[in-house]
Amino acid sequence: MIETTYQNKTLTAFLSGDIDHHNAGEIRARIDGQAENLHPKKLELDFAKVKFMDSSGIGLIMGRYRQMSLLGGRLEVVNVPKNLERLMSLSGISSLGVLKSQKN
Amino acid sequence: MNITNEFSLTFVSKSLNEGFARSAVASFALQLDPTINELADIKTAVSEAVTNCIVHGYEFEQGQIYINGKITDTNKIILKIRDKGRGIENIEKAMEPLFTTGGGERAGLGFAVMQSFMDKVRVNSIVGKGTTVVMEKSIKKSYNYTADRENG
Repeated sequence: MIETTYQNKTLTAFLSGDIDHHNAGEIRARIDGQAENLHPKKLELDFAKVKFMDSSGIGLIMGRYRQMSLLGGRLEVVNVPKNLERLMSLSGISSLGVLKSQKN
Repeated sequence: MNITNEFSLTFVSKSLNEGFARSAVASFALQLDPTINELADIKTAVSEAVTNCIVHGYEFEQGQIYINGKITDTNKIILKIRDKGRGIENIEKAMEPLFTTGGGERAGLGFAVMQSFMDKVRVNSIVGKGTTVVMEKSIKKSYNYTADRENG
């Protein structure tokens, strides 16, 4: 459901499977724990392997955006699958400027 | 419009059951031969409604969540999702996008998602008694060779 890597001051979280209210809490705890230890310049949330997501996933992104602002870093959301695009656009999350359609 | 099939499901308001609820409803909806996108819409809307029951309806308590699903001869699915929790004081406010009483990790998009992903959403709530959400979605009929032959 979550694997992380850390290199070049970038913490990348590879999310997979379902993101709902039930497992968003554990994902959040894993990311926040590592971010607080490592103080990354950039947190990258990779959605490539996410099969299902409801608005809990949007809450997860908004929460990490706030957390990275507090830690003095920035957030990027990468590899959002086509089927999640409607939820992302409905949420208005694009106005945060964190969505990257393709990973650089 | 006639009801051609129906199910009822009761389960405990544990967050673990969110996945169970949307999979169960999705299995039932399959008989309408939905597209992958239509099925994902239904699963997402169910997930939002059930999460509301758990996070808001019962909050720190545990209770029962009731789902009733119907299919009509007009290729529509009607879902009723109900809790006997604390109810919603101001439904209009609760349905506003981005409004939430669920804290910083909740996006406040539950009802907006239900409204966007389903054709119709109706909410009834009585404070102290619980909340009922009724959602409908028409599934486009795809050409089905076998059914066509059976119908002569």
